[in-house]
Amino acid sequence: MSTAPAVRLLVGKVGLDGHDRGAKIIARSLRDAGFEVIYTGLHQTPEMVVATALQEDVDGIGLSILSGAHNTIFPKIVELLRARGASDIIVFGGGIIPDEDKAGLTSVGIKGLFTPGTSSQDVVAWVRANVPSRRR
Amino acid sequence: MKPSEPKTATLKPRGRQGWEERTLSPALEHRPDRSHSFTTVSSEPIERLYTPEDLEGGDAGDRIGYPGEPPYTRGVYPTMYRGRLWTMRQFAGFGTARDTNLRFRYLLDHGQTGLSVAFDLPTLMGRDSDDALAEGEVGREGVVIDTLADMETLFEGIPLGTVSTSMTINAPAAVLFAMYLTVAEKQGVGFETLDGTVQNDILKEYIAQKEWIYPPTPSMRLITDMIAFCSSRVPRWNTVSISGYHIREAGSTAIQELAFTLADGIAYVQAGIDAGLDPDEFAPRLSFFFNSHNDFFEEIAKLRAARRLWCGIMRERFGARTERASMLRTHVQTAGCSLTAQQPYNNVVRVTLQALAAVLGGTQSLHTNALDETLALPSEDAARLALRTQQIIAEESGVVNSVDPLGGSYFVEALTDRMESGARDYIRRIDEMGGMIAAIEAGFPQREITDAAYLYQQQTESGEKTIVGINRYTEGKDRRLDVLRIGAEVERDQLDRLAQVRRERDGRRHERAIRDLKATARSKENLMPSILEAVRAYASVGEISATLKTVFGSYVEDKVVL
Repeated sequence: MSTAPAVRLLVGKVGLDGHDRGAKIIARSLRDAGFEVIYTGLHQTPEMVVATALQEDVDGIGLSILSGAHNTIFPKIVELLRARGASDIIVFGGGIIPDEDKAGLTSVGIKGLFTPGTSSQDVVAWVRANVPSRRR
Repeated sequence: MKPSEPKTATLKPRGRQGWEERTLSPALEHRPDRSHSFTTVSSEPIERLYTPEDLEGGDAGDRIGYPGEPPYTRGVYPTMYRGRLWTMRQFAGFGTARDTNLRFRYLLDHGQTGLSVAFDLPTLMGRDSDDALAEGEVGREGVVIDTLADMETLFEGIPLGTVSTSMTINAPAAVLFAMYLTVAEKQGVGFETLDGTVQNDILKEYIAQKEWIYPPTPSMRLITDMIAFCSSRVPRWNTVSISGYHIREAGSTAIQELAFTLADGIAYVQAGIDAGLDPDEFAPRLSFFFNSHNDFFEEIAKLRAARRLWCGIMRERFGARTERASMLRTHVQTAGCSLTAQQPYNNVVRVTLQALAAVLGGTQSLHTNALDETLALPSEDAARLALRTQQIIAEESGVVNSVDPLGGSYFVEALTDRMESGARDYIRRIDEMGGMIAAIEAGFPQREITDAAYLYQQQTESGEKTIVGINRYTEGKDRRLDVLRIGAEVERDQLDRLAQVRRERDGRRHERAIRDLKATARSKENLMPSILEAVRAYASVGEISATLKTVFGSYVEDKVVL
């Protein structure tokens, strides 16, 4: 067994959207898979999410949004992380994200996008493969 | 020639046990069941066969009664759909008030019989379009309403005396309702003729949908103020639509949906009584709103059990004397959470089955989801197909010809009993906690729902429960649908419009109205007259909510249940 530090993740609900069924299922699935998971709770601003991410020293941020505001909110978080010198925090997201929005989100630095019908185990596997610990 | 009865049969035990020995056992040896257990989508176990032995006293007769009579198991009206079909009420709203006004007129032209307004998220949360948290959300999930000016546009050319309107609005319900009343006033339509519903169900917001503003106690006061105002001024208005829909969408089981919804209803009736109102006066204006999910019979049983339970609650717990006070009238919406983005045309079939269950369950009003709703708000074509689905059930299938056609089915009656007893257990536990507000503060319904949602997710991921197109019969690539897109110009236009209203309104009148509203909030007076005056002075949803927040405070979810 390796003794690599556990990967720490922040699961965030940004904006006014209160649909938290998916975010909570993902947070619980990641926790059950052995990650350290912090859940922000609802109605966070991008600034609040970034502040929590830095304070908790996380390796990745998983954002959930079902209201259609992803094109506004996701890039803002990436931008704020860059401004705070934390571009190495991996940002991924899930929700109702139309195919035609994916390229734009990927180009601003969202590393993984998960849409309705995704198995939580696929998210777990993706995080394992793509979110390394920053503390080594 | 008269066939002689086989001698062997007469020697064996009669009834169900006889059938099991005589016929079932050999059949199972030849062909065993496909699974060791059969359950509903909510994981309720289902037996192979139901017989009179599954019903108390061997017959459902007395307990189900007759339609239009207590306990209303078989329906609240004696003739049900023979007399009048359910109201086909498609939820709609997107973009600006102008955009949605056009959709409303389109739906009315296509035979829809009632309007149902979907507001955008900032409006639902009591925030204006220029609020920092509204960025990217304006007009996206529903229509944006900032001030009375938007409400006037929304109902332009629609005479409010001739339609019934449902508004899905909760925390700021009093404000949007006041705007509707003011539009009616301007159209010269008397309040007493207005027909419609505001959802106004804050308890399920804390439990499931999470669109709150104030803490529970002042929120309940706003609701009882509206109930009192409507009792005297808007007597045909449905003041609260007690909603299980969102509880189910958040992942509850059918029994949890039923139980938590009725427990919310108990809390509203109690609050009304505590405010000095007579339940025989106000309870007839409480209506309900349930989900219709995939499990056909479970949904039918849930609706039948809901009516019987509510009748008992109103009569026994609250001493209601009139029949109307103990009737559970309900709207149903098919389950949005059951739809899949993959193979989206499959959703048409799901919606049809769910809608059929709602009709066989005896609903008064129905929304059928559009096939593209996992992707976006419905396109015009998808919205029309959803409405046509209801029309085909109503006018081609023949299921409307007889009242409660499944009444007396051993299975449906046994399942109705099961829904009822499961819900009773939950309601008793909530009573023991001190009622629904105390249960919410303890995180109880939230935790039950989160656990059920997680279990269901595991069941679908393990393949124990099938979702066609997700975990069985999958295809690589899905056909692309043309979905409704809300452009960035909606937000820009609305910001201009709001700024214009603020510029042009009578500043002195507005200031006075806001001051008066704050004073009323601090007093024990009914808030509705002050909210109406603020609305007439073109105060925005955000301004009114912010004013009330200075007195009432804000709700913060402190127990996040994972």
